[in-house]
Amino acid sequence: MSSDPRLSKIVQSLPPSGIRKFFDLANEMKGEVISLSIGEPDFVTPWHIREKGILSLEKGKTHYSPNQGYIELRETITEYLDRKFDLKYDPRKEVVVTVGGSEAIDAAVRAIVDPGDEVIIPEPCFVAYKACVILAGAVPVPLPCNASDGFKPDPDKLRRIITEKTKLVILGYPTNPTGTTLSREDLKPIAGIIADKDLLVLSDELYAELIYDETEHFSISKFEGMRERTIVINGLSKAFAMTGWRIGFAVGPESLIAAINRIHQYVIMSSPTTAQYAAIEALKNGDESVEAMRTEYDTRRKILLEALSSCGLECIEPKGAFYAFPSIKSTGMTSEDFCEKFLLSKKVAIVPGTAFGDAGEGHVRISYAASSDSIIEAMHRLGDFCAEVTRR
Amino acid sequence: MDTITRVLGLLDRNAKLTAEDIATRIKLPVSEVEAIIHKAEQDGMILGYKAVINWDRIVENTVTAMIEVRITPQQSLGFDRIARRIYSFPQVKDCLLMSGGFDLLLIVEDRSLKDVANFVSEKVAQLDNVISTATHFILKRYKSNGVIFEDKGENDREAVVL
Repeated sequence: MSSDPRLSKIVQSLPPSGIRKFFDLANEMKGEVISLSIGEPDFVTPWHIREKGILSLEKGKTHYSPNQGYIELRETITEYLDRKFDLKYDPRKEVVVTVGGSEAIDAAVRAIVDPGDEVIIPEPCFVAYKACVILAGAVPVPLPCNASDGFKPDPDKLRRIITEKTKLVILGYPTNPTGTTLSREDLKPIAGIIADKDLLVLSDELYAELIYDETEHFSISKFEGMRERTIVINGLSKAFAMTGWRIGFAVGPESLIAAINRIHQYVIMSSPTTAQYAAIEALKNGDESVEAMRTEYDTRRKILLEALSSCGLECIEPKGAFYAFPSIKSTGMTSEDFCEKFLLSKKVAIVPGTAFGDAGEGHVRISYAASSDSIIEAMHRLGDFCAEVTRR
Repeated sequence: MDTITRVLGLLDRNAKLTAEDIATRIKLPVSEVEAIIHKAEQDGMILGYKAVINWDRIVENTVTAMIEVRITPQQSLGFDRIARRIYSFPQVKDCLLMSGGFDLLLIVEDRSLKDVANFVSEKVAQLDNVISTATHFILKRYKSNGVIFEDKGENDREAVVL
């Protein structure tokens, strides 16, 4: 469908365009396919959390909350961040509760950039970063990351693409779609460059709880001199299986959070009240539920990786989130072609790597937020498919 | 969690998993998983493998009742001998010694209400040490053994979420 010329030029320029066809096809075939294409937990929100939401409704808690979110939730958030990631913020001045991590990303970008400013985004990455930058009138500058580096951003490349106009770097680790995590050592040179060039950082840490093996989550805001220039975004969607509740939050220095809140108060007013009550319960008493889900994701991750290797597809071992991002280059097909043919012939939906930036070409995203049984069956079909297309 | 607990935990949720399936899931050699399962069977940690069946879907006339039984304990034998006497009946699916107002709780399955009534009046109530019984029939099974029996709602997740 061609775009309506009455629309703003910015909106007309927004991705996606190319892979729309694939998504439409996947939607049409929904119900007859195994979906490993969904970027949200397959778990339902744990009952103790849902119950607190229900209880708040029963008590008639149906009004607006303060713009920044209920103070009890903000206090719970800062206690949680301190307990889990050793991050210290003032619940009164340095936290804003948003409508999912997505709103926090949008408001943070708009709070920081002016038209023409450049924003560096390592790719492949979550699709909203680029779109939010474009909507804010700024210029997204991709920093392509390679499978050979484990999809970690190369500090030298980063330094080279910084210009006078660069204002912000968006880092999303653990990464959707690659599952890449960055250690303290990985982040150190990046933080050094950012501080040296006096840039700001938007650190999207939504998947921080979902990490495997001996991986530890480290926030870039913890380096000396970085706290004052970093907005950390996190939320309840992924770790607590609360995508539909739409609760995220941003923490950072008072001036940046106040700016985000200024946008938030006009656009959103306040995050959903019911969801805020549920979020308090999740952050206070949800550790066991998170751990149970994380263990299950880890089991599936192992099944998936073993299956990919027996299909002959190379894959960097993902240490976080719930995605694998194998290379399909050995088949000689493009990502989109591979996904479309696989969907049509084997009835399994996975996502072309190009949905996450040009650097995703030659790869596909497979989500393991699905039952072990469906992963095992899908991987049998993938094995058959790869054998067929390689033989040709 | 130790390895035995992990293996047994997986089997507890799905007894159909093969040693290969389990080995894939917890990254252990198949032979080691087989050895753990074998030992668990020998040591009485695994007592059997059962499907969780919703019999209401298959047999039209199946009745489940919970029966409270009050008993005079026997000298030196306590409740054990009478419990053994009762659980030997094949229609008794569970037999539990309880604290509180009664002693044994039986879960009994049979083909009809009349069969259960006969079992209670002719078998259980006739036993010497049984003082009284109270029978409760199960009307609907919402959740049993951790498994939800109601129809699952339609899958309302989106086809693709980036």
